[in-house]
Amino acid sequence: MLKIENLHAKVEDNDILKGLNIEVKAGEVHAIMGPNGAGKSTLASVVAGNENYEVTEGTISLEGEDLEDLSPDERAHKGVFLSFQYPVEIPGVSVTNFIKTAINAKRKANGLQDMPAGEMLKMIREKSALLEIKKDFLSRSLNEGFSGGEKKRNEIFQMAMLEPKLAILDETDSGLDIDALRIVANGVNKLKSKDNAVIVITHYQRLLDYIVPDFVHVLADGKIIKSGGKELALELEEKGYDWLVK
Amino acid sequence: MSKYTEDDLREELKTQEYEYGFYTYLDAETFPKGLNEDVIRAISAKKEEPEWMTEWRLDAFRKWEAMEEPEWANVTYEKPNFQEISYYSAPKKADPNKSLDDVDPELLEMYRKLGISVDEQKKLQNVAVDIVVDSVSVATTFKKTLNEKGIIFCPISEAIKEHPELVKKYMGSVVPKTDNFYAALNSAVFTDGSFCYIPKGVTCPMELSTYFRINEGGTGQFERTLVVADEGSFVSYLEGCTAPSRDENQLHAAVVELVAMDDAEIKYSTVQNWFPGDKNGKGGVFNFVTKRAVCETNAKVSWTQVETGSAVTWKYPSCILKGDNSTGEFYSIAVTNNYQQADTGTKMIHLGKNTKSTIISKGISAGHSHNSYRGLVKVNSKAENARNFSQCDSLLMGDLCGAHTFPYIEVKNKSAQIEHEATTSKIGEDQLFYCNQRGIDTEKAIALIVNGFSKDVLNKLPMEFAVEAQKLLEISLEGSVG
Repeated sequence: MLKIENLHAKVEDNDILKGLNIEVKAGEVHAIMGPNGAGKSTLASVVAGNENYEVTEGTISLEGEDLEDLSPDERAHKGVFLSFQYPVEIPGVSVTNFIKTAINAKRKANGLQDMPAGEMLKMIREKSALLEIKKDFLSRSLNEGFSGGEKKRNEIFQMAMLEPKLAILDETDSGLDIDALRIVANGVNKLKSKDNAVIVITHYQRLLDYIVPDFVHVLADGKIIKSGGKELALELEEKGYDWLVK
Repeated sequence: MSKYTEDDLREELKTQEYEYGFYTYLDAETFPKGLNEDVIRAISAKKEEPEWMTEWRLDAFRKWEAMEEPEWANVTYEKPNFQEISYYSAPKKADPNKSLDDVDPELLEMYRKLGISVDEQKKLQNVAVDIVVDSVSVATTFKKTLNEKGIIFCPISEAIKEHPELVKKYMGSVVPKTDNFYAALNSAVFTDGSFCYIPKGVTCPMELSTYFRINEGGTGQFERTLVVADEGSFVSYLEGCTAPSRDENQLHAAVVELVAMDDAEIKYSTVQNWFPGDKNGKGGVFNFVTKRAVCETNAKVSWTQVETGSAVTWKYPSCILKGDNSTGEFYSIAVTNNYQQADTGTKMIHLGKNTKSTIISKGISAGHSHNSYRGLVKVNSKAENARNFSQCDSLLMGDLCGAHTFPYIEVKNKSAQIEHEATTSKIGEDQLFYCNQRGIDTEKAIALIVNGFSKDVLNKLPMEFAVEAQKLLEISLEGSVG
């Protein structure tokens, strides 16, 4: 599904990723952990195509296609989804209007007509039930005045609606109370299939109790320095990162 | 690299053409350039006006001659040379009283391009339209349906002849001849416009609409609109404006007067899309307009405007809340791009008791443009319990444009409650990236963000025009992020 080889990236003059390799296959869940400033969020942004980051070396490919020349929206059309750590507010644009615009943009790029209103409504109903989202929530302005939990739930709701091939969840657990965490994780688990893949970026083992990873990677100083199974996350929880980072 | 950069966007903007910039060749009768008493007499004669009207014009002209062009607005432009303008131009074959079959086919083709439905048989929209090209009204639809209710909707030139008692009584009653420089000029040389009278207790069954088009070069458009809503009546009125793209600046100086009698309500909406000039700020329409309403007891007037066109706009639709319990509203979206300048806002003058006013202004600036909100809320000493709420929001794109807010508040009664809120924001890169990540391209993302920003005002437009206005916002801002 996703193959990243020898990825180097910088923002302004700071080198952040320094030769990162990772391969994620369809049907897998990978967790990326690591100390603050290791480059976890940068990795998410670079895969999504954020133009504030410059890729200086290496390749990112999705299902064998090089993503380098694709703009963020084109990558989204190919099935890349990023659940933001800090989702932005768009005043006056309702949750429904936003997701409708996004879905139809993706369909248009893939040569399809707009989704018929009835079908859209049905899908919104199903997916909002999955994330225990109430109806009035859907008509609120996107992320405006949302609590931390509401923002993250809305991110996963969008993921559910867009049905991406590759979903990157950037610290989706931060700012969530235990109930919200359960709802969000539950949503992600229900969306998992043999045809898609999920990368979970997190600081804490806690989220991984709910979304169980197949692989855990430690990212430090711009590189993956250790990979293992889900037990690695428990070990990190216990020992911290210091024993790995010299 | 297929990355869509800001440079690409800018490039695209440069080639972005004004959709209504075409010129239609119409056999026209155009007066020589210049302005003096003879020209005014000639206009009046052309319109077959009664003597009182000619004198009214001449009086206005003499007063105008002694006036100075105002300079307080936050705009810079080369002042028009009033002797270099032709004050009358009319398509030769236009005659509103003839059937559509007799209309110049070129004129019909122009309507088609402008997207105006004049064919009553089709009844595509439940809207009666008066169309003013250059100096004359060329077509008015649905006259008969309206007549049955006693509603008068006709060119003002016709009203002067057919309904002199109403015109004499109300013209100049809201905007006096000498109100300001451009109002005085308009009073002297106005050529056409719409007149509308809604009788007591009548709710107008359809939207009334006037479409203004400047077609000829070297001319100005000076239209005058008068809407009188008698006691307990209701009318919703919309005006739209376009002009061909030209290198020269064309002057549009209009006067609109609204009279809302006891318990009457007038909704007045404008979609202004005059030619804004090219990407370097060459050409474009100078839009200097005086709009004012007077509200009697329990009356209500709502001004809603979507201003996307013109090189320079100078316009403050206002309400004089004369009667007790009267209400004034002003909802505005003003978009400026490239080198456009807009100085617009409103005046709410509270005279009666328990009068209420609401102001919501959304300014969007892009390119090198400047967008100013200027508003006055005035509460007279006798206006007990007056209330006002004002909200002025500005949205900036790029770092070369400007947004300015000039709120004036004068309160002479202690019971007044005045609230003023203002915000300034920028379309953030993070917002664009967020939309992009969801598969929404930058153009569409800007449209989405701007529409969200303008939603409170767009919601106030009549249904038929809200969609049109939304599209217009998108077109005006295409590729404008910097």
